[in-house]
Amino acid sequence: MTFGRMETEFRAKREQGRKLLVPYVTGGLTGWQQAIRAAADAGADAIEIGIPFSDPVMDGPVIQEASQRALDAGVTPLSIFEEARELEVGIPLAVMCYYNTIHHAGHERFAYQLVSAGISAAIVPDLPLEESGLWCAAADAAGIETVMLAAPTAPDERLPRIAARSRGFLYSVGLLGVTGERLSLAASATALAKRLKAVTDVPVLVGVGVSNAAQAREACMVADGVIQGASVVRRLMDGGPEAVGEYVAEVRAAITF
Amino acid sequence: MSILDEPSAEGRFGEFGGRFVPETLVPACQELEAAFRDAWADPIFRGDLNQLLGEYAGRPSMLTECHNLGRSLGIRLILKREDLNHTGSHKINNVLGQAMLAKRMGKTRLVAETGAGQHGVASATAAALLGMSCKVYMGAVDVERQSLNVFRMKLLGAEVEAVQSGSRTLKDAVNEAMRDWVATVSETYYCLGSVMGPHPYPWMVREFQRIIGEEAFTQCRELLHGDDPDFVVACVGGGSNAMGIFSGFIDTSTARLIGVEPAGGAAVGRGVPGVVHGMRSYLMQDEHGQVQEAHSISAGLDYPGVGPEHSYLASIGRAEYPTVTDDEVISAFQLMARSEGIIPALECAHAMAWIVREAPKMQGKVVLMNLSGRGDKDVGQMMEILG
Repeated sequence: MTFGRMETEFRAKREQGRKLLVPYVTGGLTGWQQAIRAAADAGADAIEIGIPFSDPVMDGPVIQEASQRALDAGVTPLSIFEEARELEVGIPLAVMCYYNTIHHAGHERFAYQLVSAGISAAIVPDLPLEESGLWCAAADAAGIETVMLAAPTAPDERLPRIAARSRGFLYSVGLLGVTGERLSLAASATALAKRLKAVTDVPVLVGVGVSNAAQAREACMVADGVIQGASVVRRLMDGGPEAVGEYVAEVRAAITF
Repeated sequence: MSILDEPSAEGRFGEFGGRFVPETLVPACQELEAAFRDAWADPIFRGDLNQLLGEYAGRPSMLTECHNLGRSLGIRLILKREDLNHTGSHKINNVLGQAMLAKRMGKTRLVAETGAGQHGVASATAAALLGMSCKVYMGAVDVERQSLNVFRMKLLGAEVEAVQSGSRTLKDAVNEAMRDWVATVSETYYCLGSVMGPHPYPWMVREFQRIIGEEAFTQCRELLHGDDPDFVVACVGGGSNAMGIFSGFIDTSTARLIGVEPAGGAAVGRGVPGVVHGMRSYLMQDEHGQVQEAHSISAGLDYPGVGPEHSYLASIGRAEYPTVTDDEVISAFQLMARSEGIIPALECAHAMAWIVREAPKMQGKVVLMNLSGRGDKDVGQMMEILG
């Protein structure tokens, strides 16, 4: 099997002993492009660009607010793609978008739009394995890597099936709940990552509820890397792109063993 | 094969339905489907539910023929009186079934979304009866315009959370209830109020509501000396009262099935297929796929989507989904009160408004309308509108 750009890079970096760091930035939010450049310079291995949606059921208050701000400013998937094209940060880009955004555009057309925007991968949090066939077929044909999510609630037999369908990396959902910062890393975060590592060699990254550098380090004791969402977006809203760069550098240092 | 079959294994009615939920909830939906299948096939569960529906909810609900209105409109108008159920609407049928199922599954906590508050009140009621805790999510806009129901829920021991996100109406209450469920899935049962959401909800809620249609079918045959009504009319938000009454007539009669949507929330009338709240169905959305806010005088119908089985019935032409305006609804609300001494819920006044408008084309016909709820909750709002 040949891997796409993101998975090829992630596997190679893992081989070299590097933990993978994927910051999430809400597309269209004021300063988002600068934040992505700052994150790339500070040691991110890929960037997850959130496509704002009116009904983000997997997101907690911080990312909800960021999405709403972007929507209120008139941001659309196409305006984000236009601006993403200008990024040229040297690391792969993924989008995180709810399925209606894809469904509405049309599967093939959306996959083509991603390719044109220089985006390598897609994470679709409300498209579970059983419903993923149409999108995955279109994504595969276009060379877009579809990252699947695995959750702590999954029975053992389900995990290898999810892993087998995942491209780029496998998103290990850190806790029962929506995105957002928590005081401590849930026990479920490392427990699920461990279960996944036992059944797949696809890179396993923990996201949702990994809230600071120390928690990222804890997760990386087991996982191949982490996704940092609300903690990044909050810094972008409160402190601007520089604050994102500083934070990503801090996390990078913490997960360099 | 009958139209009213189970959905496919993937939960599809034609090309609508499905299970578009976060991965965390997939096992929960599968567990719920298995538990419902098991319970629904269990005569003891069915017997217990029927006993509650009879002794607690007040079923069967009766038919009332509206002689005054019928005479002035030139039709025979018959109401199915779901407004007389305990808690004041059809919602109790579904909630008793789901709460009993939750109990059977060992869950200790119900969460529910509500628009007008009728489903929230019914959920709070069932939780009180069965000794469970209950949290109801309600859009902040709806909390404002349905304050009476908010207080009723609190009296019944439920916690009510005013949802401040998005359009602060029913769709946002669903989002918030789903977020709660994602976080608490092991002990929590999500008591969804309509024939919507991920599989198995649209099918399960229809099964719990089909008692409306089954009773009405038999009652109509008796009243009409073996005949069926020419039209069966119900309002549609998510569409549970409509699916309930349609169920009795879809396969068994040639009655025209009319689901009346508010002009400002016409998912079937003005929507295109989309995916939100776990289902593929007609959905009001903008050119980028953002879900649009519904606008209607009635909090219970302020929903930009619709249950997937309605989308299916519309796509095969078995049911029709016209719209009425807020002004038509206000007139119908008053007309019904003055002509028949029945104050309908604003939701049901939509069905009445369509009947009033279309009566000239239905002269001499028999029209069965589902009066799915009573209007006590709307009196404060109407007092402001009518001055």
